[in-house]
Amino acid sequence: MAKVTSLNVNGRKMTVDVDSTVSLLSVLRNDLELTGSKYGCGEGQCGACTVLIDGVATRSCITQVGRAGGKQITTIEALAKDGKLHPLQEAFIKADAMQCAYCTSGMIMSASALLAKNPKPSREEIITGMNGNICRCGTYQRIVEAIQIASGAQAAGKYAGDARTNGQEVAS
Amino acid sequence: MIDEQMLSDEIEVERYELFESLAYNFSFDRRDFIKAFGLGIVFIVPATRALAQQRGQGESGRGGFNQSLPNDIDAWIHIDEKGEVTVFTGKVEVGQNTRTTLTQSVADELHVPVSAVRLVMGDTDLTPFDMGTFGSRSTPTMAPQLRKAAAAAREALLAMAAEQLNVAAGDLRIVDARFLNHDKSKTLTLAEVAKGRKLVKVIPDNIAITQPKDWTIAGTSVTKVDAAKYVSGKHQYTFDIKRDGMLYGKIVRPATFNASLVSVDSKAAEAMPGVKVVADGSFIGVVAPDQQTATKAANAIAVDWKSAGQPSNKELFDVLRKPATNQRGGGGEGGGGGSRPQGSIADGLAAADKKLEQTYTVQYIAHAPLEPRAAVAEWNGDKLTVWTGSQRPFGVRTELADAFHISEDKVRVIVPDTGSGYGGKHTGECAIEAARLAKAAGKPVKLTWTREEEFTWAYFRPAGVIDIKSGVKNDGALTAWEFHNYNSGLSGIQIKYEIPNNDIRFHPSNSPLKQGSYRGLAATANHFARESHIDELAHAVNIDPLDFRLKNIKDERLRAVLEATAKAFGWGKSKPAGNHGFGLACGFEKGGYVATCAEIAVEPPSDKEDKANKRIRIVRVVEAFECGAIVNPRHLHNQIEGSIVMAIGGALFESIQFDNGKILNPHFAQYRVPRFSDLPKIEVVLVDRKDIPSAGAGETPIVGLAPAIGNAIFNATGVRLRSLPLAPKGLANQT
Repeated sequence: MAKVTSLNVNGRKMTVDVDSTVSLLSVLRNDLELTGSKYGCGEGQCGACTVLIDGVATRSCITQVGRAGGKQITTIEALAKDGKLHPLQEAFIKADAMQCAYCTSGMIMSASALLAKNPKPSREEIITGMNGNICRCGTYQRIVEAIQIASGAQAAGKYAGDARTNGQEVAS
Repeated sequence: MIDEQMLSDEIEVERYELFESLAYNFSFDRRDFIKAFGLGIVFIVPATRALAQQRGQGESGRGGFNQSLPNDIDAWIHIDEKGEVTVFTGKVEVGQNTRTTLTQSVADELHVPVSAVRLVMGDTDLTPFDMGTFGSRSTPTMAPQLRKAAAAAREALLAMAAEQLNVAAGDLRIVDARFLNHDKSKTLTLAEVAKGRKLVKVIPDNIAITQPKDWTIAGTSVTKVDAAKYVSGKHQYTFDIKRDGMLYGKIVRPATFNASLVSVDSKAAEAMPGVKVVADGSFIGVVAPDQQTATKAANAIAVDWKSAGQPSNKELFDVLRKPATNQRGGGGEGGGGGSRPQGSIADGLAAADKKLEQTYTVQYIAHAPLEPRAAVAEWNGDKLTVWTGSQRPFGVRTELADAFHISEDKVRVIVPDTGSGYGGKHTGECAIEAARLAKAAGKPVKLTWTREEEFTWAYFRPAGVIDIKSGVKNDGALTAWEFHNYNSGLSGIQIKYEIPNNDIRFHPSNSPLKQGSYRGLAATANHFARESHIDELAHAVNIDPLDFRLKNIKDERLRAVLEATAKAFGWGKSKPAGNHGFGLACGFEKGGYVATCAEIAVEPPSDKEDKANKRIRIVRVVEAFECGAIVNPRHLHNQIEGSIVMAIGGALFESIQFDNGKILNPHFAQYRVPRFSDLPKIEVVLVDRKDIPSAGAGETPIVGLAPAIGNAIFNATGVRLRSLPLAPKGLANQT
């Protein structure tokens, strides 16, 4: 069986020794100990495993590692630079766009690919672009907002205020 | 208020959240604490109900370590020599942000920044016993206990600091974790006070805690604790844990539920390098150096199973109508549960101008937490340690101790902050499986369930049948209410409508599938049936559904959320188009009051949808929620939005399909959950009642959506749908 012996991950050449048919997700998580990419379904249906391959958002759970050889693989671990969070990561915190946060890595990686292609997406374009990612906690509205914040389309902190409405006004 | 709470405690015994009663009565010793924590000061929080038995109350003195401590302890707080505050609680974090809100409560009471407080949660060796994180109990019960501990700590620390500084205690206050006297001429840090101490204090029960109107840190939108770790992929869920020498496991599952093993041939698997097969009764599993090999080996094992015929969705509701002969889903509740009947249904119906009798049904649905069940098990001699995502770390410890016939002090369960639960992670089957494999392998083993296993071998929200018989006068006064819930449960079964003659009952059934807790429990089913039926009655007497409810509801808190929602929604305005509909529902459960208004549109199906059916699109949802004093408005807002989105699935399309002991749709491609494209415009109205103790909020906001959508569909089409999910494949064109 064909083997894969090296991978370009997060700008570094990594040595591995795995069958080419093994999933990229498994190699990232179990061999390279990059556990930020998550298993959610193993079928490309939930997006928790999303990484970038040559800049394209890819479901690593249904991608054989052999198909990623020689390409640039980017995972959530590479987004923060020099100890500073990526604008999307900042925006997810600002919009409180997570609950259990198990989907968050995949959401942020999908969103980064979306913004690379379309720096100022509309709400509809975000919804279409992100529809392959599941957040079972249901924070979609906040994730849309986080992507809008990161794209500069919306000022941060719409949810961050102390919206003490007491039924007087609607905070949405 | 008190009477109401007692009544609800009595009636809301929810059998799916009842587990074995506690067998423990640990006796803690001060020396254990000193050994465990080293120097500093430990504050012990006795359990509320055990105060009468409390011994050794108060200060023991530095020499009196051998004095007994209370047997039932809710939490403890340690202030170490560096001045770092660590709180130990058996509660767990599963995305509901209880780590953040409990941290806020302690910081608020102790007058230190949130960043100075760390919570150790859900570790059976480090934290006191806790029944589990469910039932929206963390905020109303654990937060006040932690506040008491923090308040006692604050007062004790002030006294110690005053002694050290040689000033009167009344002259000192704590600001940002520093002790200051009136002119700030004398200061001390927490570390300077804790240094060199070896103190264990039991907090007195009569300590006053800060009231919501005086909160400074609680009540504000503090950012989620560890948020930066989550967005960086650095948080370690159970799935991410790796131990030295760890192997990977895989279980060979039976072909159907309730199957018994006929034969097994594992020669091919055993021949694989590095593979070990573990067969113990009907338990068959493998371990291997990597996951791929484990899966390959498991697939290579030939197994024959046999089972008798089992029901499918087709027979489900007939099966549920038959009385229970066994108790599935965790014992406790006997037959015929409910509240005491009031008045006479016959009299109530006789007094009515209109009578109505209807049946409502609810299918099984799955929690589908994005992190499936997982466990890492490690044996060191006869001591077992298991990392697993569970809402009941101590319950899982009991399960493990029972399974391996060892005492509970030989088992440690550690729950890393978990990829959600929604009531679906109360059980420890994955932990037991991993521990069995690890025992055979003599090495740590990680076992992660696949999505298909999570959909199949976990448990479901109970299906149910609800019959309602009612009477109403032409002026809108309700006269009779007879309500029978078969199987789904008691939660939310009580009425807030003033109906002089009512009879409300719950009937347990033999559930064809394994069932258990789910966010809100039966409150969704009971609210769906009740609020749909109320809508039908309002239409029967030609009264606006909002006016009809307000006419029959006296409870001020429920009226307040109803009115707030209706106002924000613009109830009474005309529909934007003929294919749109408005619906309304309200309710009460677990100390929370909710009202939901929804606007839906009936549209042509999209390319991906069944052409024979129209599409139901949820356009807008407005929900008002009141759960007493708000601890963190931002996270409350988030919980309400999340509940609404999760509720869309159960309302419109989620349903477990099963036949003859098999789940037919155990994948996200077949079991549709809400996605971005299902997202309506959501508007949340928070009603803050600083005069009322905080209740939990992770569950009740889920109950209003399904009936509001059903009522909106009726408003748009004139068709009344009485089964959840309402439109799994869309709305049939003939309707």
